[in-house]
Amino acid sequence: MTTTTAASADSGERTVRKDSPGAARGPRRTGRIRRIGLPYLLLLPALLLELLVHLVPMVIGIVMSFKELTQFYIRDWGTAPWSGFDNYKVSVDFSAPVGKALLHSFLVTVGFTLLSVGLCWLIGTAAAIYMQDTFRGRGLLRALFLVPYALPVYAAVITWVFMFQHDNGLVNHVLHDQLHLTDKPSFWLIGDNSFYALLVVSVWKGWPFAFLIIMAGLQNIPGELYEAAALDGAGLWQQLRRITLPSLRPVNQVLILVLFLWTFNDFNTPFVLFGRTAPEAADLISVHIYQASFVTWNFGTGSAMSVLLLLFLLVVTGAYLLLTSRGRKTADV
Amino acid sequence: MRRIRAAAAGAVTISLLTAATACGGGSSNGGSNDSPKTLTYWASNQGASIEIDKKVLQPELDKFEKQSGIKVKVEVVPWSDLLNRILTATTSGQGPDVLNIGNTWSASLQATGALLPWDAKNFAKIGGRDRFVDSALGSTGAEGKDPAAVPLYSMAYALYYNKKSFADAGIAKPPATWDELVADGKKLSKGGKWGLGAEGSNVSENIHHVFVFAKQHGADFFTADGKADFTNDGVVAAVQQYVGLMAKDKIIAPGNAEYAQNQSVSDFAKGKNAMLLWQSASANLKSQGMSEDAYGIAPVPVQSGTPGTGANVNSMVAGINLAVFKNSKNLDGAAKFVKFMTSDAEQKILNTAYSSIPPVKTAQGDAAFNTPSNAVLKDTLAQSAAALPQVADESQFETAVGTAVKELFAAAAAGHPVTTDSVKAELEKAQQQMPKK
Repeated sequence: MTTTTAASADSGERTVRKDSPGAARGPRRTGRIRRIGLPYLLLLPALLLELLVHLVPMVIGIVMSFKELTQFYIRDWGTAPWSGFDNYKVSVDFSAPVGKALLHSFLVTVGFTLLSVGLCWLIGTAAAIYMQDTFRGRGLLRALFLVPYALPVYAAVITWVFMFQHDNGLVNHVLHDQLHLTDKPSFWLIGDNSFYALLVVSVWKGWPFAFLIIMAGLQNIPGELYEAAALDGAGLWQQLRRITLPSLRPVNQVLILVLFLWTFNDFNTPFVLFGRTAPEAADLISVHIYQASFVTWNFGTGSAMSVLLLLFLLVVTGAYLLLTSRGRKTADV
Repeated sequence: MRRIRAAAAGAVTISLLTAATACGGGSSNGGSNDSPKTLTYWASNQGASIEIDKKVLQPELDKFEKQSGIKVKVEVVPWSDLLNRILTATTSGQGPDVLNIGNTWSASLQATGALLPWDAKNFAKIGGRDRFVDSALGSTGAEGKDPAAVPLYSMAYALYYNKKSFADAGIAKPPATWDELVADGKKLSKGGKWGLGAEGSNVSENIHHVFVFAKQHGADFFTADGKADFTNDGVVAAVQQYVGLMAKDKIIAPGNAEYAQNQSVSDFAKGKNAMLLWQSASANLKSQGMSEDAYGIAPVPVQSGTPGTGANVNSMVAGINLAVFKNSKNLDGAAKFVKFMTSDAEQKILNTAYSSIPPVKTAQGDAAFNTPSNAVLKDTLAQSAAALPQVADESQFETAVGTAVKELFAAAAAGHPVTTDSVKAELEKAQQQMPKK
């Protein structure tokens, strides 16, 4: 099996470095530098703009987190008194109400993110693999799959709001009136079920992206690998486990990370679904922080929570990248 | 491998940066008269739709332009966005010149210092403070300070009831006490129809009702020195009684727990609910095709006796105020516009269009506001309505307690009992969300 692993790792390499291996050995030094330097040079304007658009507000956000910023100071926030680490202390004091609510919201978000990303990935992978075979109507089906991804978020989610309505919604009509699965119509936008409503919308919205990326990744796996495997007597499941998934590894690495960050920070979906105050069961952290800042007008605490969230995501992402790249090195050997 | 890692790192950095991006802010100086020919105006959504509001307002704004030569650019902002928009404008200093605010927000917005204070000098520009009714002036800012806004439309809650449903159920007159309302509601709640409508997910609506119930239980949400006091027995009993109309008395349809877009008004217009506690619903009902003789208007019930002050308060002082942004580039024009909007003639036109009551004394005396239905609203405003607490934390209070009531309605709709303990727990949580002083 060693050969297969090496081959698949190699093909994985090829998906991202189409121009490199053999040919790259021993060109002139200047050409090499130019080739390595050029992409970064091209990235520079975008990078500068990003810094300007994101870094400056971020620094302001960090400064705000050390201030006592309430309605009395928002008009001229520079004059707000410094509060040291008070905002942070309030946010992480899990025995007191603000911290307790933040922790609750954090845990809801973690659970929601894991489920949503997992399901998006699973459905996306299954659909992409299924769409590998050519069949009549494949193009149409592929286009249909991408519809949720192409729709404006607001329009899509507001449609879901209509469907989830208690009295006239399609969901209750199907589940209760037609299939008789529930003994009375359920509430989806308030109470405990709101978590599942949010999950359904999030997965519906997120999986086409996974599908798109994985489909692109699959195109790069050489057909010979499957032919060789089939000759060796490997079944479909074996091919999936030993060829497809390992070859998709670098693609999945980025895909899952991006999906994770998007889902964890998703604000539009819960906001359009539930409005300014989300039900407790679906109190995602982005809306929670929004509520802390814009609804209770406690911008200092809201900023402190944002910074804590940033730190958490940095740590998780760092650990994830470290772990997944270490895994790759072992596979390369 | 290096490149893919770089790409991943790039994606991560960008996503993370977005996470920590907080709102920017800027200081703003006082206003001026740098652009005397234009004004921007944010109008709150008063009619059944934004389109209807534009139709009502545009001819009046044209009239103003003719008189003064100042062009007013109007934007009608839905309720759900209004407070946020004002807040953002306050932070950035890039707001409209003149705007509508919910009168209950006056003290909160006053605290930001973004609104022009209406001192004697400013009031003189629009004809003086004495032109306005006292109850309306009571919700223009904290006591002892110059008002942060002037009253524009006044409203009060009333009980709207469907005459035919009442006749069919053999009920001779509208209920005057809550016990009667519950008894009538039970007679009316059958065959897919319900006694009363509610907007369980609308936090402001929730606050208005529980405030009145609290008053009727002799309780307040704030102590005399302005501290939040949401868990006192009177408040708990008040909230339990209101949510109990769905949970215990079962005269409100469980589906109403999810309403926040005035669906209960539509239900009433369609005859699905026989009663509705609403402020100035006439214009809205008319636009939904309900004729004026189909319903009656009575005062909101009290625990016992007749509506009045103290424990017999039966409405909040509802209404819209007109405010001027301090850093407007056309302060003189803004004052002219406020004078125009609060003039007798405009007050009659606008308050008729929105079925509200003019807060201007001379306009209030007009025959148009002496119909039987308006008489109920006027009497309520004059005799038995109380202003919501005019404290700087009012906006937070609305959200925190309104959300607690929303959660309790959600529990009631799901069939969970609403007990003293569960009410107290929700209110406790709401109180803890209030800013510490």
